[in-house]
Amino acid sequence: MYPQTYRYTKDHEWVEVKGDSAKVGITDYAQKHLGDVVYVELPALGTKLAVHQTIGTIESVKAVSEVFSPVSGEVVEVNGELNAAPEAVNQDPHGKGWILRLKLAAPGDAAALMDAAAYEKYVAGLEA
Amino acid sequence: MIREPLIFEISEPGKRAYTLPALDVPGPADALAGLPVRAEIPGFPQVSEVEVVRHFTRLSQQNYCVDLGIYPLGSCTMKYNPKINEKVAALLGFAASHPLAPADTVQGDLEVLRLVEDYMCEIAGMDACTLQPAAGAQGELTGMMLIRACLEERGDPRKYVLVPDSAHGTNPSSAHLCGYTVKEIKSNEGGTVDLEDLARQMTDEVAALMVTNPNTLGVFEYDICKIAEIVHAKGGFLYMDGANMNALTGKCRPGDMGVDVLHINLHKTFSTPHGGGGPGAGPVAVKRALEPFLPVPRVAGTSGALILDYVRPKSIGRVKSFYGNFGVILKALAYIWSLGPDGLRETAEIAVLNANYIRRSLDKDYYLKYTTATLHECVFSDKFQKEHGVSNLDIAKRLIDYGVHPPTMSFPLIVHGALMIEPTETESKRDLDQFIEIMITIAREAETDPELLRTAPHATVVRRLDETGAARNPILKWEHRKT
Amino acid sequence: MSYISLGDKDKKEMLERIGASSLEELYGCLPDEVLLKRRLALPEAMPEAELLRRFEDLAARNTYPAHLSFLGAGVYRHFVPAVVDYLSARGEFVTPYTPYQPEISQGTLQIIFEYQTLVCQLTGMDISNASLYDGAMAAAEAVLMASRLNAKPKVLVARSLHPEYKATIRTYIRNLGVRIEEIGFGADGRLDPADLARKIDKDTSAVLVQSPNVFGVVEDLKAVGDLAHGHQALFAVAIAEAASLGLLAAPGVFGADMVFGEGQSFGLAPSFGGPYLGFMACKKEHLRQLPGRIAGQTKDVDGRRGFVLTLSTREQHIRREKATSNICTNQAWCALRATMFLETLGHDGLREMALQNVHKARYAAGVLGRIAGVKRRLSGPVFNEFVLELPKDVAAVNARLKAQGVIGGLELRPFYPELGNSALFCVTEAHTREDIDRLAGLMEEALR
Repeated sequence: MYPQTYRYTKDHEWVEVKGDSAKVGITDYAQKHLGDVVYVELPALGTKLAVHQTIGTIESVKAVSEVFSPVSGEVVEVNGELNAAPEAVNQDPHGKGWILRLKLAAPGDAAALMDAAAYEKYVAGLEA
Repeated sequence: MIREPLIFEISEPGKRAYTLPALDVPGPADALAGLPVRAEIPGFPQVSEVEVVRHFTRLSQQNYCVDLGIYPLGSCTMKYNPKINEKVAALLGFAASHPLAPADTVQGDLEVLRLVEDYMCEIAGMDACTLQPAAGAQGELTGMMLIRACLEERGDPRKYVLVPDSAHGTNPSSAHLCGYTVKEIKSNEGGTVDLEDLARQMTDEVAALMVTNPNTLGVFEYDICKIAEIVHAKGGFLYMDGANMNALTGKCRPGDMGVDVLHINLHKTFSTPHGGGGPGAGPVAVKRALEPFLPVPRVAGTSGALILDYVRPKSIGRVKSFYGNFGVILKALAYIWSLGPDGLRETAEIAVLNANYIRRSLDKDYYLKYTTATLHECVFSDKFQKEHGVSNLDIAKRLIDYGVHPPTMSFPLIVHGALMIEPTETESKRDLDQFIEIMITIAREAETDPELLRTAPHATVVRRLDETGAARNPILKWEHRKT
Repeated sequence: MSYISLGDKDKKEMLERIGASSLEELYGCLPDEVLLKRRLALPEAMPEAELLRRFEDLAARNTYPAHLSFLGAGVYRHFVPAVVDYLSARGEFVTPYTPYQPEISQGTLQIIFEYQTLVCQLTGMDISNASLYDGAMAAAEAVLMASRLNAKPKVLVARSLHPEYKATIRTYIRNLGVRIEEIGFGADGRLDPADLARKIDKDTSAVLVQSPNVFGVVEDLKAVGDLAHGHQALFAVAIAEAASLGLLAAPGVFGADMVFGEGQSFGLAPSFGGPYLGFMACKKEHLRQLPGRIAGQTKDVDGRRGFVLTLSTREQHIRREKATSNICTNQAWCALRATMFLETLGHDGLREMALQNVHKARYAAGVLGRIAGVKRRLSGPVFNEFVLELPKDVAAVNARLKAQGVIGGLELRPFYPELGNSALFCVTEAHTREDIDRLAGLMEEALR
């Protein structure tokens, strides 16, 4: 269920690191609890983010959730597809529902996060 | 039932519903020179009076309302709206009053304001009152501004406001609009403010604690006097959200419990009608220390020679134009005069009786997260029904099939899948029993036929609406299409 | 009077089921120290007939309605078609709650949708909300919205914006790091473009102007809008006299980012200051920062068209301290009356009403301006209000008029001392020629 190459946060964001580039999104657990996503607030390109700084918000009909940056870096790309099709976050949260890409400021940030196995265990504990 | 189109869909050039008297002064074309005259508005309605009357009459038949049946919305106090109140509020002497009229020509209006201010103070146990705020939320904002202004005068406005996790969303948003950072206070297992958490978080950087009493679970904050002590000991103010005053009128008074400032919802406790979403009124009553900061103008002088006093150097200013939702205030005055002191007390007692009757009748079939004694409302959750895949939303939609308005849902946030029920004092036992029977029937249906609930309602003019689609692709007005 | 529907037997049975022996016992969960030990000190309960008498007495103490009045300044006397009172009094419109359960609130929701459409049609904007408390609060919300949109700290506000709107803005922004600066008006009564050009800079979030302004003068919205946009500031237009939209060009045509104001002219009684109707509309790109409830169109599971409250994530019950506004209850029933008013007047009726306002005000300004010593101030084009400077103290003149059953123009010195001994007169379609001639006769007498 949860891609092995990704790392995960307690707030249910995932990050996929490739060299000094990091792709960020929210997990399947998060999208299930949010319900149908209607809008994703994306940051401006060039925004510098620290670990756990708010990236933006994701809105469903009845709730708003903040998305926190799992790693520190600078926003170099945002997923513009989400403007016309926010449902991608529900349908493919780990793939087409990605939110933004950062240029990593500190390569060590991701290592501090949970791997897929640890995250699955964490989520199972929440649902109990 | 006839599905009624939008007015724009039945509109056609050449139809008129109203005729003005002929112009009795010269009307030369050059009178418009220098004015930016607008083009025609394509699609602006042109219909006949018959069409207007049928349009709105048919639309009215698609609305549930208090005049139809029980409206058990927790924290909304949807009590019956007395019809004599509507009649007196519409008297021409009041309706035609211009707010800038000379004071000696509107002594009746000023007397109304003076009387209702005094009555609010007596009922709430406070020293002074403003009727300016147009709704509860605006009252909250006003109250918090008063606190801030007073603290500023003392030298330090402070940084934080404490709000219980069970609070209504307007509480933190009002505090925020005052420039405060909101910190949450946990509720204990009884559902009330955790005194230890409060003591820990109440520092001299905290301007106020905002409390609702009874709280949003319908539970009276038993330790309210202790809560006030903790807050006052550190120089802070105790703000009370008066949304649930219907449980208290004539039984106890916030001012006697250490509350420094509260807002009251006239459209809840004092029977003024909700009108589909307003207008309401949110008077704010304060203790003497906050009186100098009240919004301007204040009614001053003696009966028969009342004036509006604008010379109030410490006032926070005004939160809206003029003096408040006067037409609403008139109805509250009618209500207070109608009921008198015993009637107001009886209101609270019967509101509590009705709510406890429902609570006791439903507590086998619905889960009560908090077993603490409740007053005028109670909060169940969908926990039992969730075992069959039925949520509080499904229960609500099925209630609609039985011709009853659902309770408040999903609030307070501390009860997952909440169903907050407040019948108010004006419901008959027959209506209460009918509501109870329907709720129990639905609990049974959840076990035997959950799909029926998940697809409810079935009997309404529209069935479940696509709220996701509405938010993803907003269509917020009718568009004229050129042909 | 009592509205309790329980008989004695009912109460007994209910207490039995609960397991309590008295109503007092139900309050056992309160500490004894807070229980009130006396009756509330309020007048004794009044039966309906007595209540009516008391209210008629109170209403009779208002002598204002017996006068012929020329007051405007944000509250206007217009004709209201009989159907508006008749239809809006229906219990299905007066007694429902906010339409959170859309399946049983399609009446309210469709009317809100029609209302939003009408506001957009009249203002020339893309999106409208379902109402705010009044024009003054709408002005404050517009200032807050502007600063949320571009995070700049300064809003330039026309000095000719209604004083109560300005006062409300000041109260709302007190604690929020936004400041306002006034832009003066010229001899024509319009916003002074030179003053605006001097004060507008990179810190300016928005330029806010009212049209017709507090003096009744119609602004050159194109000039103001161009200046605002030329400095990357938002252009916000306030409307205190909504009836003007029946005839004057929609502010949207001049590039307004936000148009807001007071809808009292659309079928609401003056009612000593409220309840009124704040309206607010904006360009579609600002949608997510628009405060207040909004109704949207959608479909149900069977494909039928229906309406729902939507985009609720802007609001306090979801976003709590991060909401666009703390507004909850708004002015739905007032918006309902305005919708009925507009749909009854219709396109041509609204235009004709506005035209009559212009002609009657023009006639009045002419007749009064010809009285010896009376000077017309502010030369700009007006809608239904105008300013006259009088040769004798305005308060003294008004006292004499009042003794004759006429309420004259609003004394302006307390708000605009620069206009000296001036008064603001309002004339609408509800004034007859005889009314205006009567005012002129009495004023001439008073000024002799």
